[in-house]
Amino acid sequence: MPKSHSLPGPEDITRLVLPNGITVLTRPNFNSPSVVMQGYLPAGGLFDPLDKLGLADFTALALTRGTTQHDFQQIFDLLESVGASLGVDGGTHTAGFSGRALVEDVDLLLGMLSQVLRQPSFPSDQVERLRAQLLTGLAIRAQDTAEMASLAFDQLVYPNHPYGLPMDGYPETIQAIRREDLESFHAKTYGPQGMVVAVVGALEPGQVTEAVTKAFGDWVNPDQQMPPELPPVPPLLEKVRQQVNIPGKSQADLILGTVGPERRAPDYLAASLGNSVLGQFGLYGRIGAVVREEAGLAYYASSSLSGGIGPGPWFVTAGVEPANLEQAIELIVSEIDRFTRQPVSLEELSDSQANYIGRLPLSLETNTGVAGALLSLERYELGLDYYQRYPSLIHAIGPEDVLAAAQHYLHPERLAIAYAGSFT
Amino acid sequence: MDDPITRCQLPNGLTVLLKEIRTSPIVSQWIWYRTGSRDEISGKTGICHWCEHMMFKGTQQFPAGVLDRLISRDGGYWNAFTFMDWTTYFETMPCEKIDLTLRLEADRMVNSLFETEEVDSERTVIISERQGEENDPLFRLSEEVHAAAFRVHPYHHEIVGDLADLQSMQRDDLYRHYRTYYQPNNAVLTLAGDFEAGQMLGRIQDLYAGLPAGMEVPRLKRPEPPQTGERRLVVEGPGETTYIQVSYRAPAGSDPDFFPYTALDSLLTGPSNLNMFGGGISNKTSRLYQALVEKELAVSVYGGLSATIDPYLYTINLTVHPSATVEQCLAALEGEIVRLQDTPPQPDELTRAVKQARALFAYGSESISNQGFWLGFAEMFASYGWFLEYVERLAKVTPEDVQRIAQTCLLPQARTLGIYFPTG
Repeated sequence: MPKSHSLPGPEDITRLVLPNGITVLTRPNFNSPSVVMQGYLPAGGLFDPLDKLGLADFTALALTRGTTQHDFQQIFDLLESVGASLGVDGGTHTAGFSGRALVEDVDLLLGMLSQVLRQPSFPSDQVERLRAQLLTGLAIRAQDTAEMASLAFDQLVYPNHPYGLPMDGYPETIQAIRREDLESFHAKTYGPQGMVVAVVGALEPGQVTEAVTKAFGDWVNPDQQMPPELPPVPPLLEKVRQQVNIPGKSQADLILGTVGPERRAPDYLAASLGNSVLGQFGLYGRIGAVVREEAGLAYYASSSLSGGIGPGPWFVTAGVEPANLEQAIELIVSEIDRFTRQPVSLEELSDSQANYIGRLPLSLETNTGVAGALLSLERYELGLDYYQRYPSLIHAIGPEDVLAAAQHYLHPERLAIAYAGSFT
Repeated sequence: MDDPITRCQLPNGLTVLLKEIRTSPIVSQWIWYRTGSRDEISGKTGICHWCEHMMFKGTQQFPAGVLDRLISRDGGYWNAFTFMDWTTYFETMPCEKIDLTLRLEADRMVNSLFETEEVDSERTVIISERQGEENDPLFRLSEEVHAAAFRVHPYHHEIVGDLADLQSMQRDDLYRHYRTYYQPNNAVLTLAGDFEAGQMLGRIQDLYAGLPAGMEVPRLKRPEPPQTGERRLVVEGPGETTYIQVSYRAPAGSDPDFFPYTALDSLLTGPSNLNMFGGGISNKTSRLYQALVEKELAVSVYGGLSATIDPYLYTINLTVHPSATVEQCLAALEGEIVRLQDTPPQPDELTRAVKQARALFAYGSESISNQGFWLGFAEMFASYGWFLEYVERLAKVTPEDVQRIAQTCLLPQARTLGIYFPTG
């Protein structure tokens, strides 16, 4: 059995752009008789009109509800009968798809993906059924303290910006979307331009290219539009707070933070390593040590940096008893303050550096992990040798770089603080 | 699944299972203790789970922060799970770093400190964990259904424990539990990954040889008496969404009837996923999805069996469609059960279930951590052979077997029915 001990790189990743613009990425793995397929198209919620927020998501979810060749029942009968899975869902910048199958069924999987992306029929009864499911999902969201805190946080940090809006919409916007909206959204945003697909599993690169070409090589859409530009994010000028009251809840969820770097920002890795020290390393870094281990205030308390195509948020989350909320906020803000005033210690930094480098092979253990890694290379233009260069990129970062990144993005006096729970 | 296994028992009673997998430079170690919430008496509920938390609080040799730091530095990840029948701890590491975790597990089997201050600080963390769970209506419903379904057997309470006990238990209670159940003769150690089995076994013998076997472990024997009528209960709480949980009696994991029951579950609610890591497949062609979701009586349905030491439950969960009633859902559910009781399924429905199981095993085998999990999990209620024979035994299930399970187990008078009514 071949060993795949080396990190993915130009010698074992195949990248190919089909004449119609689709980028294909693949890396073989013959350790298991299975195949994972993941990818995206630039058909995300950036296109959504405000009064029909959720349109991109609704469209993506409706694609698998019927095509010109197969109805809903037939699609899932074919997939589920062979233990395959296929799903499409909406994001802010892109619509994503993913699926897996035994290698013997890869043509079925790619063929079905092609059908749902290219020839969806949006059957009225299925659209209505899906609408009811989406509305129920939103009713459940309204009761979810973590989701509601996150929604309030996004609105505080990204006013008048797509990142401040929930891509699954609101009940009234989901109600406002008609079947024809889904059809026209699909017609103008789904096409081969900007589509990326990664296939990882027990297939040679040639087999993958052939299978993808067979499924998608003849796809053209002259009407395909590219997403609008992302508007700039206005900086926070002061500490802003929002409370969401949801009766009958035992715990409150807290989220606190601001705008962080884009994935492609030069200081992204410095910010990311800093974030590891702040609220990730071990059991949640400094934040976990103070809020969970020392104060015993929360089961979870950690920080997170989203990166992404645009400037995603940099934030701390914690689940606490409402009575302990102010104490938790105080502790977290004070840790952020320290983080922006003093450089992290060499020891802390070297711990996180070792963790970043050591965990890389573990994250690339499964086909799903490798497919996700290949998509990141493409999405953020990192270069096929990125994972091989990664250890030296990580080692090159010093405490002063982390401090500079912290001071660039985090300002303890200008934070958004949102929490949801039962408050009297 | 075909790689050879090394299995042996040390003189002190520790069972060891090793599986060489030379596909990635990774090793996953799991140590399983035969103790779970089934061992908990009234007043001490949640003690197993709390004890699991305390196992991360350090020993003389590996103080709390040190342990976490060493593993994280090497890029490893570690965690633990407490279940009704068992408690397990795992570490997945780069192969050259595994010795650290071998030493760690041998050490904390007997040398965990359980310091009083740490116990007190963890009390509020666990109460916070419970409060987070209580925020979810499905947790609250499930807690009541279990309490009603098991009047006598300790499966009746939640693993996290009751608040009253979390407030009253003390350090000595926890330590007593630890000393009683954490000993070599009550443990199974499993490793999967990139190592040489003979060498690994030698190292394990070195590390564990000095640990004496403990006393025979006490077991609670409180079998649940037969159920002689439907138990129905209502939970009320905030929100707009109605949920139904229906639990039927199910056999133990080692019972021959577990396999026809698994086939029945696959038909009714979709295939079970036995992977600890990695997703399953959708259930859109399952009979209950067709009868409930496609008929717009529910917006989702899922169900599942658990492989347990003692007879447990087969549970079906429904999220009721906003325009449907509980009665309509229950009538449709009952209709499908009666159909299965009256008419055995088609042979091709069972062939499908077998292929789905084969696919799910292929997906799960991509992950070394999953392989380590499989080695130990089935040992808790049967033996590793249970996994090896799983697909074969499923393939032997006949349509009549499935019909018999439906006729004998899916009886209204032997079910517990819980309804979550939203109060707005």
